[in-house]
Amino acid sequence: MTWKQMFTSSIGQKFVMALTGIFLITFLIVHVGLNACIWANDGGEMFNTGANFMGSMLVIRIMEVGLFVGIIVHAVQGLILNAANNSKRKVGYAVEYGERGSKWYSRSMGLLGTLLLLFLIMHIYHFWIPSRFGGMWNVTPLQEIDYSNGLGKQYHNLYAEMINVFQNPIVVILYVIGCISLAYHLMHGFESAFRTIGVHNNRYLKLLRFVGRGFSIIISIAFAMMPVSMYFGWVS
Amino acid sequence: MEHYNMNLSLKIWRQKDAKAKGGFETYQVRDISSEMSFLEMIDVLNEDLIREGKDPIAFDHDCREGICGSCSMYINGKPHGPWKATTVCQLHMRAFKDGETVVVEPWRANAFPVVKDLVVDRSAFDRIIQAGGYISVNTGNAVDGNAIPIDKDKADKSFAAAACIACGACVAACKNSSAMLFVSAKVSHLALLPQGEPERKTRVINMVTQMDKEGFGSCTNIGACEATCPKEIRLTNIARLNAEYLSASLTIDKEN
Repeated sequence: MTWKQMFTSSIGQKFVMALTGIFLITFLIVHVGLNACIWANDGGEMFNTGANFMGSMLVIRIMEVGLFVGIIVHAVQGLILNAANNSKRKVGYAVEYGERGSKWYSRSMGLLGTLLLLFLIMHIYHFWIPSRFGGMWNVTPLQEIDYSNGLGKQYHNLYAEMINVFQNPIVVILYVIGCISLAYHLMHGFESAFRTIGVHNNRYLKLLRFVGRGFSIIISIAFAMMPVSMYFGWVS
Repeated sequence: MEHYNMNLSLKIWRQKDAKAKGGFETYQVRDISSEMSFLEMIDVLNEDLIREGKDPIAFDHDCREGICGSCSMYINGKPHGPWKATTVCQLHMRAFKDGETVVVEPWRANAFPVVKDLVVDRSAFDRIIQAGGYISVNTGNAVDGNAIPIDKDKADKSFAAAACIACGACVAACKNSSAMLFVSAKVSHLALLPQGEPERKTRVINMVTQMDKEGFGSCTNIGACEATCPKEIRLTNIARLNAEYLSASLTIDKEN
């Protein structure tokens, strides 16, 4: 057995999906925690300084590379697996199997994942590109803001950018659709990832199902509330 | 249960041989007893077809008591029909109402090519078993039955996994045509017992490698297989198979 044989086997490929999926789940916790600072009602100071800390810290910047690798591997491997699995039944059934034993979102991980990938491209275009590459290659730079009482240290005003982006109701709707896709993707993916890495103890599976569902719902609502509360001006 | 007779309209997949195109034929059956099994109802239809000089419908069957795993019909969108934990031979006609239309298809998966009508070639499962689903170390003379202590809970789980009759309904139900429930049952029933320990790693690697070679899909843990399995093989077996495969493939040494 070589590494190649292991990682190209059906279970090995699923293992890659599970590991990258769990890694992306941990990223979501950091992301939602930091973004929740927009609700501090301090004109975005806590959020902007937090985002600046993340953007200027070397460790986080290295992890950011890992995050992109994780997303790309998860997406590419997922699309490959989805296409492979869909090709395993060339002649289909006249009467579809339907609902027994499985949920629609469990059967639609490829579709939900594709929606999330499209959402991510839009999301990166909205915030990450201006924040990292503002001023270069004709990318409009973000506004700067000074929280250092005149010491001259400037921070990217990502908060103002959020308010700006989320003035467009279509963008808000697309973000909410992205969050709904995330909720259903995680609703299956969270538990499925742990099953794939081999958790078969029924006590833990029950716990993971409970935690996974709670996590999917809470994190997706928290993310969805960000553009919504910006649009309706619920934050100051 | 009240007895009644019924007339049914059957839409059955007919395919002359593996290469022919195949299509649905509609048949009418009359005065079918609610106490017949589904296969007996097909027998009645086949008697009629033979009398009319037509080719009877080919279908797999053997024990007709739900333990051999031969019967394989996809009835109204469900492998083994509408009842839970039932094989087609144990599916009784009281599951249907008078005047109903019943659609019967063969298992569909690239790895299970149609041989004729409702008969599919499931030898892929045999090759997976041949790849390692047995114990080949010398065990010497038969020892006393209780000489090797086995935890009751593990013995029960092993027995529940060993109940798999290899009918292939899990593959037929799975949107990925994955054979993972079958393979997980066959790996689990040995992995849970001390007798399976000596070849534990090579067994799971060889069986999964063969499974991939046969052209089955991968498992996405949706649960359709567990819900459709006539022997109620649990989905947790798949998680156990994952654990067995990962620990074996990550720790086994290079061959040379």
